[in-house]
Amino acid sequence: MESALVSGLQGLFAGVLNITIWQIVMIAIALVLLYLGIKKGYEPLLLVPIGFGAILVNIPLADMMGKEGFLRFFYDAGVLTEVFPLLIFIGIGAMTDFQPLLQNPKIILLGAAGQFGIFLTLLLALALGFDKLDAVAVAVIGACDGPTAIYVSSKFAPHMLGAVSVAAYSYMSLVPLIQPPIMRALTTEKERQIVMGAAKLEPISKTTKIVFPIAVTIFASILAPKGAPLIGTVMLGNLLRESGVVERLKSASENEIANIVTLLLGLCIGATMEADKFLKAQTLLILGLGFIAISLDTVVGLLFGKLMCFMTGGKVNPLIGAAGISAFPMAARVVQAEGQKYNKKSYLLMHAMSANAGGQIGSVIAAAVMLSVLQGMGIVPG
Amino acid sequence: MDTWTFGWTLALIGMGGTMLVLWLISVMILLIRKIFPYQAEPSAAKKG
Repeated sequence: MESALVSGLQGLFAGVLNITIWQIVMIAIALVLLYLGIKKGYEPLLLVPIGFGAILVNIPLADMMGKEGFLRFFYDAGVLTEVFPLLIFIGIGAMTDFQPLLQNPKIILLGAAGQFGIFLTLLLALALGFDKLDAVAVAVIGACDGPTAIYVSSKFAPHMLGAVSVAAYSYMSLVPLIQPPIMRALTTEKERQIVMGAAKLEPISKTTKIVFPIAVTIFASILAPKGAPLIGTVMLGNLLRESGVVERLKSASENEIANIVTLLLGLCIGATMEADKFLKAQTLLILGLGFIAISLDTVVGLLFGKLMCFMTGGKVNPLIGAAGISAFPMAARVVQAEGQKYNKKSYLLMHAMSANAGGQIGSVIAAAVMLSVLQGMGIVPG
Repeated sequence: MDTWTFGWTLALIGMGGTMLVLWLISVMILLIRKIFPYQAEPSAAKKG
């Protein structure tokens, strides 16, 4: 009887007896993520399920990511197969209005410059000793685009998915804090005061808006076939939006599907944050490199903006270069706010929105180009 | 392939390729706009 009581009590307190200090640390980190999401409003749609998933996976003996664990099921079905980020992309396409870009297509080049941080960070990661594909996964944080980072890291470095995703979403939400000091450091006061003429906002025909996603899908996917899933899903979502004949599908893509997948994806990312996998010096390096990647995106975008300013004889305010990243529309708003600080007559928002929409396409194209080059080099199978 | 050949190749082709593809997309947008120009709605045109 006595031994039965002891066994019973041991079973009841097994969790307490088996918890490690590192699991407690991870639960504390998860609570910080929940605090940032709930109290500070930093990307709550992702940080709340990520934080909760991180708590669940660090409960001793719960085995959430074990062979038959509840989180393992969603992870295998949605993350390992890369389906979740792609479904999110359909929703993003359905939510995005590319009209500012269609009205001002030259600005798309700022969206290319805004991706250079990816490639520069790749070199840094290699210099710090990351394996080739691990370095690719870290560098893609510079896409400043959560689903792209998740897609690439789940493909090439699933063991780093948690750190890469947390870095990507955290820094995206910190764009209003990260970008302004870089903007001020790289531009003169005179440049920041430049008033850009009202954009020649020619109206865009409905046919153009419908043809655009179809043409981009065919054209860009042929050029970078490995990126076809990324490009195709964003553009499918946009076609649902612009065609105007599938309101139910568009609505489902941007609401029900996006919401369900965001919840499951967040939980799965949190589930990769097991203490023994997450608490490594490498995680700190990933977080540091992610910060550098997004800062470099801003630096190169601004430098490209300065080049455009020079080439147009001072008609382009270089600040809009900082909006060439994928954080939409946050980066455009930051540019508008910064421009207004130095010249109340300056309204950069529409120009910055064009650059920002270019950044959205740019991040997907950069990842697609990267995947195709990796295939061409024989680093990944065809 | 050694690490640095890999890194520089991917960085250079990646940056150049991204810039090239996006530039081509901008040209494509201009072409699409030319082929399908905006026309005011017939009812609006009549009113004008």
